[in-house]
Amino acid sequence: MNFFKRAAALTVAALLAQFTADGTAAAQEVNGLKTAEAFEGIAPEEARSAAIFGEMAKVITHPRCMNCHPVNSGPLQGDERKPHSPPVPRTEDNFGVVAMRCTTCHGEENRPFLGESGSVPGNGHWQLAPASMGWVGLTVPEICAQLKDPERNGGRTMTEVAHHMGHDSLVGWAWTPGEGRTPAPGTWEAFAELAENWIETGAACPG
Amino acid sequence: MTDLTINGKDVTLDVPGDTPLLWALRDDLRLTGTKFGCGIAQCGACTVMVDGMLVRSCVTPVEALDGSDVVTIEALEGPEADAVRKAWVDIDVPQCGYCQSGQIIAAAALLTEIPNPTDEDIDYAMAGNACRCATYVRIRKAIHNAAKMLEA
Repeated sequence: MNFFKRAAALTVAALLAQFTADGTAAAQEVNGLKTAEAFEGIAPEEARSAAIFGEMAKVITHPRCMNCHPVNSGPLQGDERKPHSPPVPRTEDNFGVVAMRCTTCHGEENRPFLGESGSVPGNGHWQLAPASMGWVGLTVPEICAQLKDPERNGGRTMTEVAHHMGHDSLVGWAWTPGEGRTPAPGTWEAFAELAENWIETGAACPG
Repeated sequence: MTDLTINGKDVTLDVPGDTPLLWALRDDLRLTGTKFGCGIAQCGACTVMVDGMLVRSCVTPVEALDGSDVVTIEALEGPEADAVRKAWVDIDVPQCGYCQSGQIIAAAALLTEIPNPTDEDIDYAMAGNACRCATYVRIRKAIHNAAKMLEA
C-alpha cells in the first residue's frame, strides 16, 4: 500500500469513526437546534425546563420570528432586521394600513420575484403579532415570562401556546421562508417537541 | 385553466398556473394599463383590485385567483375613481405617467375607506406606490382635492 492509498484508507476510517460519534450527536441536534432528547439528563426538572426554553430561544429570537414581533415599530424584514420596505406602521388590527394591507403584497405562500432571485414571503395567516406579544428588545427571560402571561399571550393556556408553536402554519413558515431568507434553526418538529417538553416540565424560565 | 372575472367579464385563462397575473393581463388579455415596474412588489405599478382589495399583480400567480373578481385601471369606476381622475387632470399630477395606474387605483381605494384622509393617511397608504418622477407632493394634493370633490 503506497502512501496515498494508506492516507485515503486512514481518512475513510477517521470519517467512519466520526460518523459514529456524530450519529449520537445528530440525534440530539438538528440544524443547529438541540432536540428535547439532549436535555433528558438535566436535573432537577425546573433546571431542565429552563434549559429547554433557552434552546427554544434560538428560534424565538431568530429574525424569522422576531421580525413580526416588534414592540413599538411596524414589521422588520430580512436577516438584518431592517424596517419593512415599504414602510408600514403597526395598526390596531396588525394587518397594515388602508391601501397597504398585508395581503396587498403577501400571498398565501412565498411567491418568487419576477426577473430576479428572491421571493415575497407569504402565508395564509400573514400579519403582525399584537403589540402585547412584542419581543424586540426583550431579554430571553422576559420573553419567557410574556409567553406564560395570558394578558400578553393572547389569552392562551400553556397547552394552547404549545399548539401555536407546533401547529400554527405561520410559525411553521419560519422553516420554509422562501428564497432569500435564512430558515430558523432546527426543524419545526424539533421546536414543537421542545415546546411540549418545556411545558411538561413546568415551563420554567431561564434566570 | 383558471376561471375568474376580469373587469366584469368571465374569463378563462389558459396559461400555466404560476403565470403572474400581470403577464396574463398584459400579454394574454392586452390590458396594458397595468404596468411592470419592479417585479418584487415594491413599486406598486402593477396594482389591481382583487375581490375589492389592492393586490400587486406581479407576484400573484393566476392559480391563486380561481373564482376571483379582478378590476384593472381600465375598468376602475365609482365616485372615488372619478374624483381621483379629475383631480389628477386638474393639477397635472403625472410627469412620465408610468406609475399612474397604480397610483390612481391606490388613491381610489384609500378614499373608499377614508373619505377625508390626513397627510399621514395618504403617505402611509401610498407608500407602496413609487413615483420615479417624484410627483409625491402633487399626488398628495390631488388626493386632498378629490376628497373635497367627494364631500361637496
